[in-house]
Amino acid sequence: MKNEMPLALHIPEPKFRPGDHPDFSDMRLPAAGAAPRPDTHANARDTHPLVYDLIRVLDEAGQAVGPWNPKLDPETLKRGLRYMVLTRIYDDRMQRAQRQGKTSFYMTCTGEEAIGVAQAMALDRADMCFPTYRQQGLLIARDWSLVDMMCQIYSNSRDRLKGRQLPVMYSSKEAGFFSISGNLGTQFPQAVGWAMASAYKGDHRIAAAWIGDGSTSEGDFHHALTFAGVYRAPVILNIVNNQWAISSFQGFAGGELTTFAARAVGFGLPGLRVDGNDFLAVYAATEWAAERARANLGPTLIELFTYRASAHSTSDDPSRYRPADESKCWPLGDPVERLRRHLTALGAWTDAEHEALVEELTQSVRAANKEAESYGTLGTGPTVSASTMFEDVFKEMPPHLRRQRQQTGV
Amino acid sequence: MPAMNMIQALRSAMDIMLERDPDVLVFGEDVGFFGGVFRCTEGLQQKYGKRRVFDSPIAEAGIVATAVGMGAYGLRPVVEIQFADYIYPATDQLISEAARLRYRSAGDFTAPLTVRAPYGGGIFGGQTHSQSPEAIFTHVAGLKTVIPSTPYDAKGLLIAAIEDDDPVMFFEPKRIYNGPFDGHHERPVTPWAKHPASDVPDGYYTIPLGQANVVRPGDAVTVLAYGTMVHVALAAAEDSGVDAEVIDLRTLNPLDLDTIVDSVKKTGRCVVVHEATRIGGFGGELSAVVQEHCFYHLEAPVQRVTGWDTPYPHAFEWEYFPGPKRVAEALRQAVEA
Ligand SMILES: Cc1ncc(C[n+]2csc(CCOP(=O)(O)OP(=O)(O)O)c2C)c(N)n1
Repeated sequence: MKNEMPLALHIPEPKFRPGDHPDFSDMRLPAAGAAPRPDTHANARDTHPLVYDLIRVLDEAGQAVGPWNPKLDPETLKRGLRYMVLTRIYDDRMQRAQRQGKTSFYMTCTGEEAIGVAQAMALDRADMCFPTYRQQGLLIARDWSLVDMMCQIYSNSRDRLKGRQLPVMYSSKEAGFFSISGNLGTQFPQAVGWAMASAYKGDHRIAAAWIGDGSTSEGDFHHALTFAGVYRAPVILNIVNNQWAISSFQGFAGGELTTFAARAVGFGLPGLRVDGNDFLAVYAATEWAAERARANLGPTLIELFTYRASAHSTSDDPSRYRPADESKCWPLGDPVERLRRHLTALGAWTDAEHEALVEELTQSVRAANKEAESYGTLGTGPTVSASTMFEDVFKEMPPHLRRQRQQTGV
Repeated sequence: MPAMNMIQALRSAMDIMLERDPDVLVFGEDVGFFGGVFRCTEGLQQKYGKRRVFDSPIAEAGIVATAVGMGAYGLRPVVEIQFADYIYPATDQLISEAARLRYRSAGDFTAPLTVRAPYGGGIFGGQTHSQSPEAIFTHVAGLKTVIPSTPYDAKGLLIAAIEDDDPVMFFEPKRIYNGPFDGHHERPVTPWAKHPASDVPDGYYTIPLGQANVVRPGDAVTVLAYGTMVHVALAAAEDSGVDAEVIDLRTLNPLDLDTIVDSVKKTGRCVVVHEATRIGGFGGELSAVVQEHCFYHLEAPVQRVTGWDTPYPHAFEWEYFPGPKRVAEALRQAVEA
């Protein structure tokens, strides 16, 4: 039999390009409160309908509804709001610092603040996070010093990483924040190894890792799922689906064919797909997964469905590849505004209080920045001594590095 | 002192470290129940339980990545890559992650893992079971690279590698796992039992990383070799009658520059031997180092005897392999120049 049909290749294409009017009305968005909440001790299979669903708690009116409502008290909610607002102001300040030439590079997490912040709050302070470059909210919600973060960005004399890392590639063991790698995805299986070690030692701490939708195509993503499942590592594996990997939409990572949460199914892991702009849903899902890990029930894969509202980085101009107003049309809204509306609906928050909060945090970020700049900025100094370049390659400096250090004359 | 072959010596090293340090774990493909395809880990799971010695998925990147994470936690994982040829899937985790973790976190996080991998030819393993990838890793700042040539050294160096706080690539010359190699493949293989270097103490001892060993003193020419090639170099010295000083480097990075320089200054001549392909091989580094430090003492050009710049051909292993004939020829050329 002859096949008359010429074969054709499919090249994914996002729905909208610059100049198009973005219209997400055909997006299937399950109602808040509709997704069932299996017991944390449930079988992985019992979660599998949830990998295609979307766990949402906050409805359009700002009410918390359904079985996933974590029932947080207003004080905790206000703390969450505060960290999210702080993260946004911090991003804004640092982005401007880059524009002013005080550093080479910056990456904001605009539109994704609920992820870093809610997850940090749902985890224990001692749990170890293996983030990407877009979870600065983790450090902020762990009350890590903004000055310390800024000094890293400025590669200045107080940079704990001694000017070795690209700005935003923080590291703080003390804050439970693993050193960020520029090679995408590598942290995912490392988090599994850390979690395996914790289980091996009979520790109580669990690990959590984050990866972007684009980076799920990397082999390391699959290795992480294999090892996590095989050894039932106490780890939470988060995929931040913000729709875009620089200019490539999530279809190039296989997102046209299925959800990212559904990757859990083939590995036998429990999987949850969560509205990433819903502070309460993110909190609840993380809490669920953490409880499971702590009960020795192993890993959970979570897809956080969100939108990267600003540029990929300061080197990127998203209006070249997507409609400029696409983020405003994103049907799941802005995480900060949604939590604010919820607190207002609860009668626990007023516009005046919000304005005062923004003002207070703007001032504190400004003060932190002033202090950080007094320790130097990129190119204008002061910096740590260049001779530190030869330190930490090995625990003890070998003779050839000593000789090279002498040769530099620094 | 008991006689051990290299496999037994390596096993003894892991046994001792598993015994001494609860933070030491051993894992990799088939290493648990079965004891590894070369049986290096045989009996260790029985002795220490499958919590400490276990099998892994066939995913070299996953093996190394999880070991990096374990190292960051504070454990000392010892992982086996079944053959050095299969280390390539894990190179990103080794080169970009393990090697740089201490540096990029300014000492906040470290990756004290040991990666064991049998390397080299001599067992008719074809292209995919015979390679020597050591030069790739010596080029990476932050990794140490160790290659033993005797059971005694293998045990002492492996213990030192496991105790080392940096990531160590530990390449095991599988041609001499069971016995030394006199370089003459037509002769029957002799077991390590009759070799003095197979006298291996039962207990704990270490050989510091970064110290070479002068295995044969001589005045006419210095031979720099490691792993299987140490035995080839010794055979070549015998066969040629050249009074060669043979240095077993033992650690390629950090390199024992002093021992090399002292010897070449004395002999005025140098031959470098390795099994890996020549272009970009570690022999280039050794030649450069000798030239930089001993130029005015040299009486002949530095010679390189290496594998050819082809993949390892299965049926022509002995034509590919730099045997004692080729090394002897280089020795003669060096002394006659
Ligand atoms: C291994 C590797 N390949 C390519 C890059 C270059 N790169 C940096 S960020 C990025 C896009 C990542 O997208 P995604 O994982 O979706 O994360 P997001 O930026 O959207 O948060 C790429 C391709 C890299 N850093 N590492």
